[in-house]
Amino acid sequence: MTSLVPGEVRVDRLRRRMITVQIIGAGVILALAMAPYVFEPSITSQWIKLFYLITLATAWNLLAGFAGMVSVGQQAYIGLGAYGVFVFNDLGLDPYSSALVASLAIGAIAFALSFVAFRLRGGYFAIGTWVIAEAARQIVIRFDSLGAGRGRGISDYTADPVMRNLFTYWLALGIVVATLIGTLFLLRSRLGVALQSVRDNEVAARALGVDVSRAKRIVFVLAAVMAALAGAVICLQQIGVQSPSQIFSVSFSAFMVFMVLIGGIGTLEGPIIGAIVYYVMDLYFSQMGLWYLVVLGVLAIAITLFLPQGIWGALRSRFDITLFPVGHRVVATSRPAGAAPAGPGEPRPNRTTDATAASATTEG
Amino acid sequence: MTRTAGAGEALLEVDSVAKSYGALDVLTAVHLSVPAGQALGIVGPNGAGKSTLLSVINGTERATAGTVRFGGRDVTATPADARARAGMGRTFQVPRPFAHLTVFENALAGATAGAGLRGRAADDRALAALAMADMLGVANTPAGALPLLGRKRLELARALATDPRLLLLDEIAGGLTEAECDSLVATIRSLHTQGITIIWIEHVVRALLAVVERLVCLATGVIVADGEPSEVMRSDAVRAVYLGGAL
Repeated sequence: MTSLVPGEVRVDRLRRRMITVQIIGAGVILALAMAPYVFEPSITSQWIKLFYLITLATAWNLLAGFAGMVSVGQQAYIGLGAYGVFVFNDLGLDPYSSALVASLAIGAIAFALSFVAFRLRGGYFAIGTWVIAEAARQIVIRFDSLGAGRGRGISDYTADPVMRNLFTYWLALGIVVATLIGTLFLLRSRLGVALQSVRDNEVAARALGVDVSRAKRIVFVLAAVMAALAGAVICLQQIGVQSPSQIFSVSFSAFMVFMVLIGGIGTLEGPIIGAIVYYVMDLYFSQMGLWYLVVLGVLAIAITLFLPQGIWGALRSRFDITLFPVGHRVVATSRPAGAAPAGPGEPRPNRTTDATAASATTEG
Repeated sequence: MTRTAGAGEALLEVDSVAKSYGALDVLTAVHLSVPAGQALGIVGPNGAGKSTLLSVINGTERATAGTVRFGGRDVTATPADARARAGMGRTFQVPRPFAHLTVFENALAGATAGAGLRGRAADDRALAALAMADMLGVANTPAGALPLLGRKRLELARALATDPRLLLLDEIAGGLTEAECDSLVATIRSLHTQGITIIWIEHVVRALLAVVERLVCLATGVIVADGEPSEVMRSDAVRAVYLGGAL
């Protein structure tokens, strides 16, 4: 490793990697968006589940892995998101717009709730969020118009089942893409460093000028909106809510924890891998009944014991790979004598322009 | 640096500050006025309330009574993060690194949140702070992997990254070898010559006396001596505190 000398260093945000990620990402998104034209609807409609699982895992990871807020109450927003679809659908909006509008409204609710939740720390915060989720369920079942305790179907929906599935598929895809891109850019921003500093040491973060409550509140609200969007997708896919206890179930939190821990907490890639693992397990082993849960539990225990950093954490420490670069790397700008930086006219393949500019200014 | 206070104008004024935890009085009526640009040392036995005083000054703890004024503004009720953004940098006696972030990112947190910088300006500020604290070589190391000396230096680098007008140092030289201590003293002295006001708590008196021009002795929550360093060290009050005997 080259030594780092004052005045001859710059910060590398892996911009080139970001460009590669964006190009490949755009290709993957396009392919997924076109998939319904290639595959049977029975196949693509199953992917909807994968999309909302990734959304949920990413949201919980942002909350717990990056901001240090371990919540077991995200099902509050999943449930509200699902029921919000009914509310706005009844007001005359189509189900898809209802999903988006409801999620924004739930973001506002989460903002208000954050003032209550943030009075609690650590384990108490976790329990408090669970209490909030239970309270949300209790309130929702008071309304006969929402099916009371029995669940409800969407009244005004697209008639053609193929189109319905297609729209839900695209909505779920759009949501997971927005969630991942939003999280990536959030973590690359100033807020990303602030959040992680709060997670690691709140007192020191505050002493360095980090507005701790503000940073946490932004993430709390964003994670709630993401969970609400996922809840709305679940509602759209099932054409309603089977029962309030299902959509407000604490097992959602258990699965989110499972996916994030299996994949690797505190990384962007981890929750995606965890969600895929869970999705595949669910697809092939869920008929096993109780044994399925035993297998999930054993897998979770094995991974936390032997791969405490999760699957992605283990891969990363072994191969030094990054899919979504959020970190900073300080690199030397100095180059061997004689190898002068290229002039503006010379072609510099595979070199970002800002790197060239940085080396030029330090040597000028 | 940006605001040059006139000679004698106090940058920090601590007025009859008290701090108690329940029935335990840690500070009782502390008065301290620190002019801009001064380097002030604080000595005193363990449990004298030195760290608590720094915490009350930077807002990590709220004063039970009294007022703290910084740059002419009453900041007694201002939260620590707002005081940091106003120009107070603080290091902790027991280092509090952001363990999962790199050393550079630790400093960057100070440069973005504390100094309010973004983009290249924030990067440059963080790099300059690392250079001042002699930490550039470990910029990409996770802070959690640093040994004690590295963690102490990181405390300094992070505080410097906030571009402070007032730097509060809490036993930054404790546990260092003599050579390490000398290089730290040189760093702090150069900060002082740049015009940064410094309040430095230290048990390593030799290091302290190499930098400060004024010394305060704190014992059982009150200031028992205040003045020119060598005179304070010779004073009866300080002898009584350290060696026992009647005040």
